[in-house]
Amino acid sequence: MFDTPHRETSVDQTEIKISARGCQVYYGDTHAIKDVSVEIEDKTVTAFIGPSGCGKSTFLRCLNRMNDTIDICRVEGDILLDGEDIYDPKVDPVQLRAKVGMVFQKPNPFPKSIYDNIAYGPRIHGLARNKAELDEIVEKSLRRGAIWNEVKDRLDAPGTGLSGGQQQRLCIARAIATEPEVLLMDEPCSALDPIATAQVEELIDELRQQYSVVIVTHSMQQAARVSQKTAFFHLGNLVEYGETGHIFTNPEDPRTESYITGRIG
Amino acid sequence: MTDMSQPGTAAPSGKNRSSLLAADARTKRRNASERRFRLMGLIAVSIGVLALVGLLTSILGNGLSSFRQTYIALDVYLDPAKLDKSGTRDIEKIKKVTTFGYKPLIEKALVAAIEKAGVDDQGLSGKKIGAMISPEAPATLRNYVIANPDKIGETIPFDLLAGGRIDGFFKGRVTMESAALDRNTSPEQLRLAEALRDKGIVVTRFNWAFFTSPDASDTRPEAAGLGVALLGSAYMMLVVLVLALPIGVAASIYLEEFARQNWLTDLIEVNISNLAAVPSIVFGILGLAAFINFAGLPQSAPIVGGLVLTLMTLPTIIIATRAALKAVPPSIRDAALGVGASKMQTVFHHVLPLAMPGILTGTIIGLAQALGESAPLLLIGMVAFVREYPGAPPEGFFDPASALPVQVYNWTTRGDPAFVERASGAIIVLLAFLLMMNIIAIILRRRFERRW
Amino acid sequence: MSVSVLITIVLGLAAIGYVLARRRALAVVDGDSRKLHSRTGYYGQFVFLMTAVPALLVMLVWLFVQPVLIESRIGGMIPESAFPEGGELTLVMSDVRRISNGLDAIEATGQGAAAALDATATDVRAEMAAVGVALGSDVSPEVLSAAQSYRKMQHTGAFWLSIVALATALAFLVGSLSRIRADQRARNISENFVLALLIGASLVAIATTLGIVLSLVFETYHFFQLYPWQDFFFSLTWNPQFRGGSDLGFIPLIWGTLYVSFVALIVAVPVGLMIAIYLAEYAGPKLRSVAKPAIEVLAGIPTIVYGLFALITVGPFLRDWIAQPMGLGDSSSSVLTAGLVMGIMLIPFVSSLSDDIINAVPQSMRDGSYGLGATQSETIKQVVLPAALPGVVGAILLAASRAIGETMIVVMGAGAAAKLSLNPLEAMTTVTVKIVSQLTGDTEFASPETLVAFALGLTLFTFTLALNVLALFIVRKYREQYE
Repeated sequence: MFDTPHRETSVDQTEIKISARGCQVYYGDTHAIKDVSVEIEDKTVTAFIGPSGCGKSTFLRCLNRMNDTIDICRVEGDILLDGEDIYDPKVDPVQLRAKVGMVFQKPNPFPKSIYDNIAYGPRIHGLARNKAELDEIVEKSLRRGAIWNEVKDRLDAPGTGLSGGQQQRLCIARAIATEPEVLLMDEPCSALDPIATAQVEELIDELRQQYSVVIVTHSMQQAARVSQKTAFFHLGNLVEYGETGHIFTNPEDPRTESYITGRIG
Repeated sequence: MTDMSQPGTAAPSGKNRSSLLAADARTKRRNASERRFRLMGLIAVSIGVLALVGLLTSILGNGLSSFRQTYIALDVYLDPAKLDKSGTRDIEKIKKVTTFGYKPLIEKALVAAIEKAGVDDQGLSGKKIGAMISPEAPATLRNYVIANPDKIGETIPFDLLAGGRIDGFFKGRVTMESAALDRNTSPEQLRLAEALRDKGIVVTRFNWAFFTSPDASDTRPEAAGLGVALLGSAYMMLVVLVLALPIGVAASIYLEEFARQNWLTDLIEVNISNLAAVPSIVFGILGLAAFINFAGLPQSAPIVGGLVLTLMTLPTIIIATRAALKAVPPSIRDAALGVGASKMQTVFHHVLPLAMPGILTGTIIGLAQALGESAPLLLIGMVAFVREYPGAPPEGFFDPASALPVQVYNWTTRGDPAFVERASGAIIVLLAFLLMMNIIAIILRRRFERRW
Repeated sequence: MSVSVLITIVLGLAAIGYVLARRRALAVVDGDSRKLHSRTGYYGQFVFLMTAVPALLVMLVWLFVQPVLIESRIGGMIPESAFPEGGELTLVMSDVRRISNGLDAIEATGQGAAAALDATATDVRAEMAAVGVALGSDVSPEVLSAAQSYRKMQHTGAFWLSIVALATALAFLVGSLSRIRADQRARNISENFVLALLIGASLVAIATTLGIVLSLVFETYHFFQLYPWQDFFFSLTWNPQFRGGSDLGFIPLIWGTLYVSFVALIVAVPVGLMIAIYLAEYAGPKLRSVAKPAIEVLAGIPTIVYGLFALITVGPFLRDWIAQPMGLGDSSSSVLTAGLVMGIMLIPFVSSLSDDIINAVPQSMRDGSYGLGATQSETIKQVVLPAALPGVVGAILLAASRAIGETMIVVMGAGAAAKLSLNPLEAMTTVTVKIVSQLTGDTEFASPETLVAFALGLTLFTFTLALNVLALFIVRKYREQYE
C-alpha cells in the first residue's frame, strides 16, 4: 500500500520528503484535520491553499510538531520525514524542528541584534565551533535570505528596528541558519506590503534550489506564482492535490473550482 | 513499515542526515539541561509551598493551645471577717479591701479541696499551694463580691484561673525538668495539679475569656485576652469603611468618568500609585505628626488608627474601583446618555450599580490589608497597655484601645514564654478574620462577576 | 452644645429644607412637575446643600481658629516664673488643658464649683486625681487661673459657635427656599456640587502626600537645628542617650537595612522568578491549581505573622543549628533571620509581578524560538527572559523598595543593636526599627533623640520613592514596547 521513496526517486529526479498518511488532528473536541494524506516532494515549493479555518495552518504546524506546544491538540496517523515517523515517541521535537524550520505569519524577530537573531539557531544546535564559523554562517544565511546588503553595516542593531519586509526576510534567514531540510512558511507575506511580498516571493523561489518549501497562503495568485505543487484544503479535508498549473487551470473537484473562481472562501 | 528501518538510504544529498529516532549527544545534553531547569522550577515552587506550610504549622502549633485554658473549680467561703469587718455591708468599705485580702480565702479553699479529695499535697506549704492559682483569681473574686455584696458569708463555687505554669504543664509547654529550674513553680506543684486533674478539680476547657477579657500584666499571661484589641480593631475597621469607601469611590468616579487629561489628573494619578508603594511606617509618622501633634487627637485612639489606615487603604480601593468602572462597557453609558440622562445621572444610576460587586470586592481586600497592618499603629501609641474597654461609639473612637496585630506585637515583647502562645493564638484569630473576609470577597466576585 | 449635637441639628435643618423645597417647587408650578426644569428631588438637594454646607464650613473654620486664638491669649497670661524647671510653654499649656478638663469633671460631679477653686487654699492636684486627671506636679495659682479662664473662653467660644452656625444654616435655608423658581437649574447646581465633592475626594491623595512630605521635612528641619547634619550623615555610631550627648549617625542603620534587604532579595528573586516561570510554562493544571493559590495566600498574610514566625521559629532554628555550631554568634535575631523571612514574604510579590511580565512577552516570540528547534528552557533563558528583562528589573526594584520599608519583620527578627558588621548571623538594626523605637512610648518632641526618627523617615521615604518611581518608569516603558 505504500510507495517506497526509492521508486519515485528513480522515476523523476524528485524524492518524497514528507509523507503524511491518514493524519487526523483534534483540538479538544473539534476535529480540525480529517484523514489527510499527502506527499511533499523535495526541492519543490508546495502551496497549501483554502478558505480561512480550513486547517491548512494546523496541518502545516503538524509537520514540525509545533502543535505540541498547545495542550489540547492531539494528532493521529503517520507523518514521515525521510521515512521516519516524526510522532514516534523516540523522536525529540527539538531535533525535528532543527530539520524542519518554520517562518511565521507575523515577522517575529527576537529583541536582540540582527547578528544574534541569526546566530540563535546555530548557537543552540552547536553548528559553529568558533566565532569565525559563526560569522560565516550568519553572513551566508543573510545572503541567502536576500537581506545581507541591507543589514551588513548594522549587524549590532536590534532586529526589531527593521521594516516589516526586512524583518520577515530576517526571520527566513534565521530559519535557514540552522540548515533545515524543510522550510515551513505560514502565510509569510500576509503582514507585508506588495513590494516586500515580491521580494519574499523571489526569495522563496531561490530557496527551492536547496530546500523543500511548504507555504500556506491566502492568496491564490501567490500560490500560482511561487509553487509547483498545490494542495487545496476545505473544512479540514484535503480536497485536491497536484501540479499547481493543473489545479488552477483544470480543477477536478467542484469545491476547488468554486474556491478558485471566488465563489467560496 | 519495513522500509522505515533504513533511513540512511533515503539521503542522497551531501548533508549529514542523522536519524530522528536516535538523539545525538548534543540533544541529550540539551535535554538534560532542560530537565535541570524544570527541576529548579519545581524546587522553587516547593520552597514557596513549604514556606506557607511551615509558617502555618509554626503558628498553629504554638497558638492552638491558647484556645484552651486550665481552671480550678473551688468552693470559696466569702469570709465576712476578712471582707467586711464592720459587718455593715457598706459597699465603700468592702471596696477598701484589696485583692490581697482575697488571696488567703482562695488559698484556704484550695487546701480544703485537696484535703476533701484525699489527694497527697506533696508536702507543699499553703502558700505554695496558693501559688498554683493565677494572681488574677483574687481580682475575679473581688469583682464578684463588689457586684454581689449580699453573698458575703456564703460559700460560692468558682472556676478560677490556674497559674500560667500549671496551665502550661497541661499543654505540654512546662515539663518536670523545666519546673525544677523554674523559680515560679516546682515539680511538686505540677504533680499535685496532675492529681487534682484526676479528681476533676482542675479542668482544661475552651477559653472564651481569650476573646472577651482585656490584656493582663506581665506576670499573668493566663489572664490575657483579646477583648480590647478586637474592639479596637473593629472600631478602626468601621472608621476605615465609613471614610475610605466613599472617598475612594468618589475619587475613582472623578478620575475614571469626569477627569480630563491634564496636569492635575496626572499629578493625582502619580500620587495614588506612589502612595500604594509608600512604606506603611511612613503613614504612621504622618499620623503622629498630623493627627496627634498637629490636630491634637488623642494617642492610642481608634479614630487616629482608623484615619491612618484609611489613607493607606485608599489606593487599594481606588485601583480596584477604577478597574471595576473600566469593566463596565461604554455601550451602557451611551445608552443612558442617549435617552437624555446627564453624565452624573448616567454614572450614578447605571455605571456605579454595575460596578458595585467589583468595588465591594476591592474594599474588602483593602479592609483585610488594613486589619493586618501593625507598623503605623505602633507609632500612634496603640501599643500602650490598655485594660479598659473603649466606650460606645462615637465617643469610644477617642478612647484608648489596642488592635489585633499590635496586641500580638505587644505580647511578643513580654518575658514570660506563655505570651508566645497567646501571641500565636491571636495570630490565628487574625488569620481567621482575614480568611473570612477573603472568602466573602471571592464569593462576591464569583456570584456577581459579569463578563461583557 | 457639643459639636456632634450641633452637626445633627444642622443636618436636621437641611433635611427639613429638603422636604420644604420639594413642596415649594411643586407649589410654584401648581403641582405640574413637568413645568419644572429639574425633578423635584433636585430642588430638595439644592436646598439641603445650601443649608448644610455653609454652616458646616463655618464650624470647621471656627474649630480650627478657636484653639489657636485661645492658646495665644492664655499663653500671654502665664508668666515665665510659672514654668517648671527646664520646661516650656507647651508643657504648661498641656497642663492647663488637662486642669481645664478636670474642672469640667469636677463640675460634672456637682460637688464643687470649678470656678471657685483656689490654688492657695485647696490641694488642686488631689482634687484632680479624685476625678481621674493625673497631674505631674502641684498646681501653681497662675496655672490654675489660666486654666479657669481657658475653660471660660472655651465655653464662650462653644456658645457663639452654636449661635453662628445655626444662624448661617437658617439664613441659607430661608434664602435658598425663596429662590426656587420653575426655570431654576437645580439639577445642574446639585450636580456641580457633587462634581466638586468628587474632585475633593481625589485631592485626598495629593493632600496625603503633601502631609507626609510636610510633616517629615518640618520635623527633620527641627532635628537638624538641634543636631549637626554632618554627624547624622557621616557618623559611624548610633548611640542615643536619654540625657543628651547622643551619637545619631545613620550609616549603621542604612547598612543594616541594605544588608537585610539584600538577603531578602537573594532569597525572593530567584525563587519568585522560578515559580513564575514554572507555573506559567511548565506546571500542569493540577499543580497550578494548588500552588498558585498557596503562593497568593502567602501574599495576603500580614507582616506581623511573618515577624512572629521569625521570632519564634526561624530565629531560634538558625541560632541553634547554624550560628552556635559554627561559632558565629548566639543571637536568635539576626540579619539572616530577618532576611530569610522577608525573602519569603517577597516571594509572592516577585512571582506575581514576574508572571504578568512573562505573560506580556508575545507568544509569537516563543513560537519563533521553538520553530528553530530550541528547547523550552533555552527559549525561556535566551528569548523570554531577555525580552522581559526590563520588566523583571522593575519588579526587583519594587521588591527592594518593599524590603527597605518593611517594619514588623525587622523589628521582631533583626535585633536592635546598630552595628557595622558583615556577619549575617549577628543582630543588626535597620532604619525602620529605629523609627519605631524612637517614636514609641513617651516621646518628647523637643529632643533630637525623638526628632531623629523624622529624619530617618524622610530618608526612608526618599529612598523608597526614588526606587518606586524608577521601577514604575521602567515597567511602563516595558509595557509600551509590547502594545
